[in-house]
Amino acid sequence: MQEWANQLCENRQFGSKMTDSKYFTTTKKGEIFELKAELNSDKKEKKKEAVKKVIASMTVGKDVSALFPDVVNCMQTDNLELKKLVYLYLMNYAKSQPDMAIMAVNTFVKDCEDPNPLIRALAVRTMGCIRVDKITEYLCEPLRKCLKDEDPYVRKTAAVCVAKLHDINAQLVEDQGFLDTLKDLISDSNPMVVANAVAALSEIAESHPNSNLLDLNPQTINKLLTALNECTEWGQIFILDCLANYTPRDDRESQSICERVTPRLSHANSAVVLSAVKVLMKFMEMLPKDLDYYGTLLKKLAPPLVTLLSAEPELQYVALRNINLIVQRRPEILKHEMKVFFVKYNDPIYVKLEKLDIMIRLASQANIAQVLAELKEYATEVDVDFVRKAVRAIGRCAIKVEQSAERCVSTLLDLIQTKVNYVVQEAIVVIKDIFRKYPNKYESVIATLCENLDSLDEPEARAAMIWIVGEYAERIDNADELLESFLEGFHDESTQVQLQLLTAIVKLFLKKPTETQELVQQVLSLATQDSDNPDLRDRGYIYWRLLSTDPVAAKEVVLAEKPLISEETDLIEPTLLEELICHIGTLASVYHKPPSAFVEGSRGVQHKRLPGSAGSGESVDSPDTVSAAGVSEAPPAVIPSQGDLLGDLLNLDLTPPTTSGPPPVPSSGMQMGAMDLLGGGLDSLMGDESEPPPIPLRTDTPQSPQLSHQSPSPPDYSPTELGGDLGGSPAMGAAFGAPPAVMPASFSAPVSGGLDDLFDLGGGVGMPMGAYSPPKTIWLPAMKAKGLEISGTFARRAGVIQMEMTLTNKAMSVMTDFAIQFNRNSFGLAPAGPLQVLTPLSPNQTIEVALPLSTVGPVMKMEPLSNLQVAVKNNIDVFYFSCQYPISMLFVEDGKMERQVFLATWKDIPNDNEAQFQIKDCHLNSDAASNKLQGSNVFTIAKRTVEGQDMLYQSMKLTNGIWVLAELRVQAGNPNYTISLKCRAPEVSQCVFQSYEAILKN
Amino acid sequence: MIGGLFIYNHKGEVLISRVYRDDIGRNAVDAFRVNVIHARQQVRSPVTNIARTSFFHVKRSNIWLAAVTKQNVNATMVFEFLYKMCDVMSAYFGKISEENVKNNFVLIYELLDEILDFGYPQNSETGALKTFITQQGIKSQTKEEQSQITSQVTGQIGWRREGIKYRRNELFLDVLESVNLLMSPQGQVLSAHVSGRVVMKSYLSGMPECKFGMNDKIVIDKQGKGGSSEDGGKSGKQSIAIDDCTFHQCVRLSKFDSERSISFIPPDGDYELMRYRTTKDIILPFRVIPLVREVGRTKLEVKVVIKSNFKSSLLAQKIEVRIPTPLNTSGVQLICMKGKAKYKASENAIVWKIKRMAGMKESQISAEIELLPTNDKKKWARPPISMNFEVPFAPSGLKVRYLKVFEPKLNYSDHDVIKWVRYIGRSGIYETRC
Repeated sequence: MQEWANQLCENRQFGSKMTDSKYFTTTKKGEIFELKAELNSDKKEKKKEAVKKVIASMTVGKDVSALFPDVVNCMQTDNLELKKLVYLYLMNYAKSQPDMAIMAVNTFVKDCEDPNPLIRALAVRTMGCIRVDKITEYLCEPLRKCLKDEDPYVRKTAAVCVAKLHDINAQLVEDQGFLDTLKDLISDSNPMVVANAVAALSEIAESHPNSNLLDLNPQTINKLLTALNECTEWGQIFILDCLANYTPRDDRESQSICERVTPRLSHANSAVVLSAVKVLMKFMEMLPKDLDYYGTLLKKLAPPLVTLLSAEPELQYVALRNINLIVQRRPEILKHEMKVFFVKYNDPIYVKLEKLDIMIRLASQANIAQVLAELKEYATEVDVDFVRKAVRAIGRCAIKVEQSAERCVSTLLDLIQTKVNYVVQEAIVVIKDIFRKYPNKYESVIATLCENLDSLDEPEARAAMIWIVGEYAERIDNADELLESFLEGFHDESTQVQLQLLTAIVKLFLKKPTETQELVQQVLSLATQDSDNPDLRDRGYIYWRLLSTDPVAAKEVVLAEKPLISEETDLIEPTLLEELICHIGTLASVYHKPPSAFVEGSRGVQHKRLPGSAGSGESVDSPDTVSAAGVSEAPPAVIPSQGDLLGDLLNLDLTPPTTSGPPPVPSSGMQMGAMDLLGGGLDSLMGDESEPPPIPLRTDTPQSPQLSHQSPSPPDYSPTELGGDLGGSPAMGAAFGAPPAVMPASFSAPVSGGLDDLFDLGGGVGMPMGAYSPPKTIWLPAMKAKGLEISGTFARRAGVIQMEMTLTNKAMSVMTDFAIQFNRNSFGLAPAGPLQVLTPLSPNQTIEVALPLSTVGPVMKMEPLSNLQVAVKNNIDVFYFSCQYPISMLFVEDGKMERQVFLATWKDIPNDNEAQFQIKDCHLNSDAASNKLQGSNVFTIAKRTVEGQDMLYQSMKLTNGIWVLAELRVQAGNPNYTISLKCRAPEVSQCVFQSYEAILKN
Repeated sequence: MIGGLFIYNHKGEVLISRVYRDDIGRNAVDAFRVNVIHARQQVRSPVTNIARTSFFHVKRSNIWLAAVTKQNVNATMVFEFLYKMCDVMSAYFGKISEENVKNNFVLIYELLDEILDFGYPQNSETGALKTFITQQGIKSQTKEEQSQITSQVTGQIGWRREGIKYRRNELFLDVLESVNLLMSPQGQVLSAHVSGRVVMKSYLSGMPECKFGMNDKIVIDKQGKGGSSEDGGKSGKQSIAIDDCTFHQCVRLSKFDSERSISFIPPDGDYELMRYRTTKDIILPFRVIPLVREVGRTKLEVKVVIKSNFKSSLLAQKIEVRIPTPLNTSGVQLICMKGKAKYKASENAIVWKIKRMAGMKESQISAEIELLPTNDKKKWARPPISMNFEVPFAPSGLKVRYLKVFEPKLNYSDHDVIKWVRYIGRSGIYETRC
């Protein structure tokens, strides 16, 4: 394949010669000579036969260019069939014989005037395919005439010819004014002419992204919609694809276009259907969700998508790849259609694998029993890839639908009993994920897993098993023996396994220090002294120093509580998904990559986006996307291959901080020096010590932004986990496996704790001021920080969370080089830029600093929830302090729930999650309270007055998408309010209550 | 758009090669052969990307058709076009085989020039194409004929030419259904659907306007509301719920969308008017009841009962039950009440055939399967028992209510047209797990 690529490049350089010299040498001299004689024969029939032979030779790749003059001589004929053959020859060889090709021009020009429209069209069609500059000049006049020909057949051919000419010489087309003529053809009376003109214009417009060529306005759109009803199936596709590029002015226009496009969903041609789906999916974004029509449209989309699955397998494949996108964007469309995605025994493997993917996406509590039964069947099939995927799918069901976890685990155990090697390995890998998701629930199966230790020969499975042994070392009597057995061949293991083994043995040591001292020394020496892998060595040294300096801290770090893993996996990053939705039906949607990843040159490089929604919907302009946009323009970098941990880590570590720059926050790994110490939760180690132990090492880069960009990946591991485990996760390698080519950053910060919607980062810009901000308090007293005093508070201003600090230098010397870092925290807060202390801070000087924060940093649940551990560095030292932020600053501006949704959600959240609090001594009336809360993005949705008691129903949304619903009861004359909070993540209630109290009393 | 189109034989030799775009070089032909046709592994995707060039392929018997492009083309359209290309070729010269392609290569080039311009598909209706691309060379046309051809190729009714005349106006309508079933060993329906087609042959003069009506639930309910339902309460269910349907391009889709009426000017000869899918209240013509018992490690006892579930006056035909056997089967003993049964070692299955079977009957086969002892740890996957059959009714319950023909310009009326309607239900994937 590489060789072929080279050939292609070479070919390009040589101006793409049509011939291949090796075929040339195989052509017998005599054969050409014979053909020459026949071509010059007087008999028409003989001539025709000879031309046919020439074409046949051409087809199999023989070079028959030597016959050029003889073939061209046959051009002047009344016989249309012969003429077509000669033209075919001309198209192939004109480029290699430009001088002789001129001989043909006269005939072309003459044919363009022929009374027979079929011949006129044939001439103009062929001329456009002859890529010889001299001929192109002669083409202009005939083309101009043909564009205005009385016969529609000639006009439709001429329209395409403009695109051909543009491909050869774009300047010429513009100079000759053909583009305007082409635009006029959009109003042609014949639908096919319109369709071809649209196709040609769309193609030309693609290579001129900024031109206003396809000036779509309501009038032209109307013309296109009229032609849509009348033209051929192919024409309908051209028109629909073109319509998809239009952005309606408002929701009414959007609806009226949708109404006229929906009948296409019943077309027999799948491409017409999918292109119509594309238009509808795109324009639907603009419709308010409470509109009746919106619901109708959603319902209309499901049946045609299902029907596509009864098409031929190749089309099914394309349809399934697209449905995968549609399901991610609008899961409601197909949520009841699970059954049609069940795999059939004789489906081609590519259809089977795609169906499986969609089944997992659609799995829910309602259908899980059926899905599991199916998956169990699949796990006994023949195709290894398919079986593996099915086993993995069972694990994913367990993680996604808690109620099914138990059944999934027992199914997996059954599968392990089959002893089929790859099934066992795959099952162990997924069971490890299940352990992570439901700690202390299924560990009883460990014994069964241990029985299969010997049969594991794949790195991923070995690593998973080692992780399990290390993690549950205290429950496995012979954990030390098991791990020791792996140690024998340490240097033959893959890096993934080595790293895992190192971590597991350290864990074991921390749990059972007395018996395993020897073992841990052995592995540390293997990793640090005998290995030439820098990652392994680094990690070895870190553990070593940790263990020798402060075993208690080591315990805290290595055995730290791990964040929960997310439910959905393999999700396509939202901005990419939006772009792919705009490309439904095309190759981009099949590859799940943006066109720029596989198309050369300027074509298709434009990034398409969905139109903004009309309603309050999800705003995409949160501050986080701004920084993300920068990254998305980075070139489609190296795609790390699955399971190659070493490669990944090296890649990540060696990449210089990318040009366009991901959020510069935790740039730890790259810069040497004290900053490094802040990485990965090491700070807890340092506690009160004023002098951190010298660790002149590059830490892992768990916080490096590059890492978190790649989170959507097969096993459910959030990259943040690496921190808590010091990179010890077995899934590390796989966690970065095969992400889509371009992975813009944005929302990828994986939020743990079963949060509702990972990607729903709200926070529209420009909202009311006056959000509550507590007064500043001293966070870092000067005596603890060698003269640096920091006091501060948090505020939300215009949708941006800010940390506002006052830095005072109470020391005798000048302070410079300020920098700040956060430890991982519950809501992923991270500095969105460097700490801006521009001037050196002279003694006794005070400076006010506002640090904007983002919420895409690494996540770890803190206790209390709103605790934030901060490290500030200056030229003197690094200082640590912790502070608490009011949770109200995480309330986003679009936190107002619709009434219906509020009602449904309130009912939907179990009563166990409800928390009730008293707010004492508050003297506001309900309206004043409501106003005050609104300033902090607590929105009142409804108010009800019952017997003198006002009930306010309120909603707020946190930056990570968690909704909190509240009922605030205010009794006139009673200074004590009662508040009930309901939330799917009940742990936030306490914090929210505190914020209420603070806001209301302020 | 499509940059080039190649046709290969099973060995990977090029039979047809037509390049439409400059970015596709000659070596693309070889790249596909080397990487796909000669690839050692099974084809894992119908779309292959080789060195930034995308290849789409379909196979017809042992002929490969491949479309190639370097752009972000509409992938669905490319596959639809490849199928269409196959249809057009079959309409011209029958089966797509190496011999036929070689014999008709000039014709194929001519077609490719006409239906694909610069990679953009153009009118590909055989009805229209046959008026000016013929195997017998080009007829000389009068000027009128020429303009008629071009207006038809580009016109709104590109699938029918004017001036067709028949002495006898005749219409054949076939409702062809394939009923699909996946049943659990316990007899629970895991999934069932009918995918149906309405296939017509029309021999009508002029430009007739047709209207087709069936017992579509939505239509019937709508009418029921308006007037009194006269034929209510007749035998069986009256109307069926259609999940989704698609139509030949001759059907006016906007009219269907607004009024749910199916009106069209038909192509001449054979065509597929519509396809539909139903999942509710399907009549499952057969029920398969399997019983598999493992006797020790070297013997299996299999008993399969089939029950026909339709009116006893009707006859099902071409019944075939396929019972898979393990790979290590050494011998099979069979007893069946009806039909013939055979163990086919090469197919790893027992094939039981019954020529005819009336409704409301049942039949049974028992088999003893001897197994060779193996040390293969992997358990036998137990593929499902599959069935084939043909029944003279539509398992979805679809009934044709009317098919009206109007041709205002010629003097024949709806009554003069002879109409034939036929229902055939066949098994699609009709499987019962055991």
